Amino acid sequence: MDKIPILKMGDYLLVTIQVDLYDRLALNLESDLVNMINKHSSKGVLIDISAVNIVDSFMGRILGNIAQMSKILDAHTVVVGMQPAVAITLIELGLPLSGVHTALNVEKGMTLLQEKLFLDSTVIADDTDDNT
Amino acid sequence: MITLNKETIAIKREQDVVFFRNRVNEYAEKIKMGLVNKTKLLTAASELVRNMLIYAKEGKVICEIVTISALQTGIRLTFIDNGPGIADIDKAMTDGYTTGKSLGLGLPGAKRLVNIFDVKTVKGKGTTISITKWKNG
Amino acid sequence: MALSIGQLLQKKSKTVLESWINIQLQDDGLKEELLSNQEIRKQSEEFLHSVISILKKEDSQNTESPEFEKAAEILTEISTSRAMQGYTPRETGVFVFGLKEAFLSVLEKEFKDSLVPYADSQKINKLIDALAILTFETFISSREEVILRQTSEISEISTPVIRVWDGILALPIIGTLDSARTQVVMENLLMKIVETESTIAILDISGVPAVDSLVAQHLIKTVSATRLMGAECIISGIRPEIAQTIVHLGIDLANINTKASLAHALRSAFMMLKLEVRKTVEKPKF
Ligand SMILES: Nc1ncnc2c1ncn2[C@@H]1O[C@H](COP(=O)(O)OP(=O)(O)OP(=O)(O)O)[C@@H](O)[C@H]1O
Ligand SMILES: [Mg+2]
Repeated sequence: MDKIPILKMGDYLLVTIQVDLYDRLALNLESDLVNMINKHSSKGVLIDISAVNIVDSFMGRILGNIAQMSKILDAHTVVVGMQPAVAITLIELGLPLSGVHTALNVEKGMTLLQEKLFLDSTVIADDTDDNT
Repeated sequence: MITLNKETIAIKREQDVVFFRNRVNEYAEKIKMGLVNKTKLLTAASELVRNMLIYAKEGKVICEIVTISALQTGIRLTFIDNGPGIADIDKAMTDGYTTGKSLGLGLPGAKRLVNIFDVKTVKGKGTTISITKWKNG
Repeated sequence: MALSIGQLLQKKSKTVLESWINIQLQDDGLKEELLSNQEIRKQSEEFLHSVISILKKEDSQNTESPEFEKAAEILTEISTSRAMQGYTPRETGVFVFGLKEAFLSVLEKEFKDSLVPYADSQKINKLIDALAILTFETFISSREEVILRQTSEISEISTPVIRVWDGILALPIIGTLDSARTQVVMENLLMKIVETESTIAILDISGVPAVDSLVAQHLIKTVSATRLMGAECIISGIRPEIAQTIVHLGIDLANINTKASLAHALRSAFMMLKLEVRKTVEKPKF
């Protein structure tokens, strides 16, 4: 019953967190996302946290986990729309989320994902060049 | 320090955390605490209440609006549990120390986010942590 | 039956008031342009009555009684308004201590040859002293409030965030960067990033006199917070001696984009945004 909806948009997955996340909900999101990436072979995940007022170490770790896990599954994760007060607090807390890509809003996040995918495809093209 | 407003909230289940955070939020709005300071306080509170649930199973939090002068008003939260206590508090207060499989950021991070941080812990008896955040500090 | 000290002073309150106001007006520090005669009279009268009502009570030392609280309230208001108007503590002190003088001089006349009873003068002394301490406390705390407000105003004024290009913000920092200031800088910068949807912020530190490890830490925090929002931060204006201290102190700025000057930073920002600035070549005229 307690689920955060995940939207599929072509190669991407979009999650908009609207509610105050408590721990179980965040954990559910982590496993749901990983399953969805696998099921749809998604290339990118966009997590919009513009409505989130608190990100504590637990939430921060979940975001980091999602980024790492999706990377293993060959998808990029971009966290978008973090509020200034949340960013300042995370830095003071000691959690710079260094492994997570960020963007100002969904639109810019989407552009970033496309750039990353484009880079991936050129790398693959280079690889095939080498092989032949 | 003078207490203007006081209330005790029991923490037994994860759902209590949401109620507790909302209460602290109301307190912060009542004294017109700035957004960044409020976010810092709520985040520190979130860390400590989670520790309480994980390591001591349950406990309670006393929420107070305190003042020391006309210009220094703030919120004091006192987290009281009867859990196992913290064996080595100096270690627990350093970044990265955890007995769980976590980041070990909760205690030292919470300390950085508030103005006053005070721990009393007795092994086998429990832990009391009091934090104070000034409205404009 | 002899009158108690409180009753006696109540009866003589007009004389006390006159002599007290005279004492206040004699003080050359008094700023006539700020406080009119009328106002002194009104404030003094109100306060005098509340003090006499305390003296009439048995427990005049009780700071919790409603009478004391009333007097304290009046006094707090007076000393707060005086602090705001820029009075010195001495000038405000004269207000309270002048009352003691007025009381005692009236009583001396009243008792003529015999001395004022010790217990009575002690009662007055203690009460006025307690009220005087209160005056100073309020005076100082309202001054602190003024200072606090000014400090926050100054730090806000001194950290302007400029939109230099579509998507590029610049923030020249002038003066030292302490933790309170960093807070303001960060807050202003991040808000402006959201507001203007800028993806690059240039932090120019050519106006920062020295960079020690604490300042560097503040800079690193600002850069990290900017990145969390999804924007990039360039630090410019690093003078050679600052580069030297950074290395000598062993501060790690490896993950931070640094540039010598604002112009260099701007050029690199243009590159990041895939913008090009070119000189237009004028067609030669024949
Ligand atoms: N209320 C408590 N009762 C008993 N032990 C505690 C309590 N709070 C903290 N501890 C102990 O202190 C250690 C450090 O706590 P801290 O919150 O800093 O890190 P963590 O909870 O392990 O990780 P994180 O908070 O980053 O997820 C914990 O691992 C735990 O052993
Ligand atoms: Mg913890």
